[in-house]
Amino acid sequence: MEGVSQSSFTLPSDSNGVIRMRDPANESGNSTGGGSSGTRSSENSSSGFSRRAFLRGSSAAAAAAAMVARPETASAQKANQGAEVVSGFKTITLSVNVQKHQVNVEPRTTLLEVLRYQLDLTGAKPVSQDGSSGASTVLIDGRPVMASTTLAIACEGKQIQTVESFGGAQPDSAPVAFVQHDAQQCGFCTPGFVVAARAFLDKHPHATEEEIRQGLNGNICRCGTYANVIQAVLSATKGG
Amino acid sequence: MADIQYTWPSKEKASVLGHSVLRLDGLEKSVGAAKYTYDINLKNQLIAQALGSPYGHCKIKSIDIAPAMKVKGVVHVELLRKAGDELQWNGELIAMVAAESEGAAGEGVAALKVDYEVLPSFTHDENLEEAKKRKLTTKAGGKVELQNEPGDDDDEEEFEAAEIERLFKESVHVVEGYYGVDAIAHCCLEPHGSTVEWDGDKLKAYHSTQNVSGTDEGFATALNITSDDVEVECNFIGGGFGSKFAADYWSVAAARVSKETGRPVKFMLSRDQELKIAGNRPSGYINVRLGADKNGVVQIWDSHHWGTAGTKGRGVSQSVIPYVFRPKNFRRLATGVKTNTVGSRAWRAPNHPQACAMTQTAYDDLAAKMGVSSYDIFLRNLENISSRQTADVYRRELEIAAKLMDWKAKWHPHGKGEAQGSIVEGMGIALHEWGGVANNSSATIRIHPDGGVESFCGTQELGTGTRTACAMVVAETFGLAPTDIKVHIGNSKLPVSGASGGSTTIGAISESHRRASLNALAKLFESVAGKLSAKAEQLEAVGGVIRVQGDPAKSIGWREACGSLGLKPLEASASHKRGDKSSLSSEGVGGVQMAHVAVDRETGVVRMKKYVAVQDMGLVVNPVTAESQIYGAVIMGISYALYEHRLTDPATGAFINSEMADYKLPRIGDIGEIVVELFEPEDQRQRGVIGLGEPPVISPGAAISNAVANALGVRVPVLPLIPERVLDALKAGKA
Ligand code: FES
Repeated sequence: MEGVSQSSFTLPSDSNGVIRMRDPANESGNSTGGGSSGTRSSENSSSGFSRRAFLRGSSAAAAAAAMVARPETASAQKANQGAEVVSGFKTITLSVNVQKHQVNVEPRTTLLEVLRYQLDLTGAKPVSQDGSSGASTVLIDGRPVMASTTLAIACEGKQIQTVESFGGAQPDSAPVAFVQHDAQQCGFCTPGFVVAARAFLDKHPHATEEEIRQGLNGNICRCGTYANVIQAVLSATKGG
Repeated sequence: MADIQYTWPSKEKASVLGHSVLRLDGLEKSVGAAKYTYDINLKNQLIAQALGSPYGHCKIKSIDIAPAMKVKGVVHVELLRKAGDELQWNGELIAMVAAESEGAAGEGVAALKVDYEVLPSFTHDENLEEAKKRKLTTKAGGKVELQNEPGDDDDEEEFEAAEIERLFKESVHVVEGYYGVDAIAHCCLEPHGSTVEWDGDKLKAYHSTQNVSGTDEGFATALNITSDDVEVECNFIGGGFGSKFAADYWSVAAARVSKETGRPVKFMLSRDQELKIAGNRPSGYINVRLGADKNGVVQIWDSHHWGTAGTKGRGVSQSVIPYVFRPKNFRRLATGVKTNTVGSRAWRAPNHPQACAMTQTAYDDLAAKMGVSSYDIFLRNLENISSRQTADVYRRELEIAAKLMDWKAKWHPHGKGEAQGSIVEGMGIALHEWGGVANNSSATIRIHPDGGVESFCGTQELGTGTRTACAMVVAETFGLAPTDIKVHIGNSKLPVSGASGGSTTIGAISESHRRASLNALAKLFESVAGKLSAKAEQLEAVGGVIRVQGDPAKSIGWREACGSLGLKPLEASASHKRGDKSSLSSEGVGGVQMAHVAVDRETGVVRMKKYVAVQDMGLVVNPVTAESQIYGAVIMGISYALYEHRLTDPATGAFINSEMADYKLPRIGDIGEIVVELFEPEDQRQRGVIGLGEPPVISPGAAISNAVANALGVRVPVLPLIPERVLDALKAGKA
């Protein structure tokens, strides 16, 4: 699957452990394959954030304890050496849809939370915490990433583009194609699908139907709009 | 005023109905501007999350909320259960934590200290023997129908048993089989929940619901207020599929928290809670014996099925067994199995998909046994059916489906196809029936003196294109374009309209909007008749003008015509009552589907190659959204046929695959080619509008199972047909 790349970690809903992260925009895509999905992990990145450890709670002592208490793989332990612990709220500047915004984040705050609750950009949807539905797909420096598995603090200095930027007086051709081919029912998955499709089309402007069927496997639709999505994306290719 | 004829224009005359109209809210949805319940952010709102029971069955020994209250950002903890309470299923909510952010709410939930006493649980509904041993079965009804009647002196049961055995002895072909379909979760992508806010004693609930007009009462009763003090709003909903009809206790709890804290509260279920407690479809497993004559026409059906709909047992209704096909002699018995799982909710076409998958598989095995085409067996058995559609329509649909699938050229006897390496292919059929009656619905139409038109109706847009359909019906009536109509739906203060369940919405809103706009038009005609020096009943509204019938030169533009209203807008309303006879809508549809699959005998993986769905629905309002619904139904069918099911841990009774990554749903690469045909000959169109949401989701389980059986030459008995089961069936088939 090339349309959507996944960031490397899952935010555990019930864990008191450490969250490691890497630069989502420097990721190469990971395949979920047909009908299968799952969390992915890998350990490498050139990003300044990639080897820092963050904790879910807000106390540095708890972070240290958690880092010791949690069983770690050798490579993860290595990654933790030299980790910088950040805690509490911090104001950072994010560039979203070509506008700069001051937002207030904790280390654990996801990009999705910031978009939805601080900027009222609710196009990216919370469907699964682990990013396996693709519903929270946004573009970071032009690459598709799950806002639900991306920490806001890692997005400083990057260009974030959400589905809302595809609207306006001259809407992007991807959402227009979705409307023209009725590639949406309830529409809850649609913004994520539209962003993934845009990124896919940018990379594969001449994609064939077969490539579309293989390339957009990162997004789930419960209403079953896939047949229409294929037609929509096909129509938006250069040959379409 | 002359009597108004509440009818539809003919196919030739209709300028909007039957023409594909793109969704009016399409762009809004696809650029993320549409606001779903989850997207409603109110000023100063709290975010709430909840803790659910980790076990299938347990007792709460103690709850300590103090550590949660200490978490920075946590404002309130609401207990939904107390120490001593027994919890009967995994996920049942215990406490709700309201906080300043998602992160703080989540941390608060994690900090709650609950001690449990784990109690024995049972979740393996397929295991009837074990359920019996544990006394967890209930009688779920049954029926015996035989052509011969017992004599006066006969003991009824003895007679029935003897008669059934006689019929089997007389049968030329006898098939015995075991089939089933596991429980599945609705898994709405937008979880259940609300954002709620109080204004004094008035509650406003942004609520993800299929029942905008009907949930205010649920909130009111639970909160001890009256419905007039509740406003429910839902402009967009991220899936419901039958699971979102109620106020739900968690949303009521959110309203309590809101009252308590004096702040708006947003509570949406987490993904795993959504799967665990917010809706599932009952399982069904069946033992069947059937006997047929030499032509393969079934003469006797004898079955016993069981399954679970939760702690009360129940399962799939016996009334729909055997499905569509109904031999003159049959005995059907049902047993409910009580499990530690949350009660089922209506899932698209309740009972029908399971019934179809549990019975038409046996008919297909009859074809396999006889070595003849399933097409012929299905066709021949149309002489004995129980359906709200006619055998004649099924015959015509079978013929169309066969052409679209190229059935005759591609067919081979079960298990006799040519293998390409380890890959074998096969085809299967199934057919279904549904009602789709028009629900209750009221609508008001307002025509402004400047020509603006608004419609008001307390219905909801589920993704089926209801908003667009409302506009289409009004536009058709007024000779305008759908984009000319401003549609208001999705609020409980609008004229009452029924819940969207059972494929009842398209009929409902077509009735109310057609009637209300015809009423409005009659008034407008009266007001404008003088200007055209004609009588009101001579006028017609066509192509943006109002004109004299038969004298098109005498016409006046819509806007100008509305100017005749003076300063006041014109309003007209109408209601339709479910079940009232009408030429605008009716009920009863059929539908035929065919599947073509490829199965890898080495890995057990089933891939969809092609799927054909032929569907009747009376008069088609909007072909493009009708087709979308059928595509969607087929894909949801592929999902329960090949991928999704609820898995539980026998030790703890926990639902173990309740996260999106583990609960398998098909993805875009998994669906193969799907061909949809709307079957709308004039005799069907004449029947008026009939609902479409449920019927096409019924057949896929049986059709795909039959295709796999045709490919392999052995039956994989229970859906979903995951690789492990395919390999097991192949192994058992060889033994
Ligand atoms: S349109 Fe409903 S989930 Fe995709």
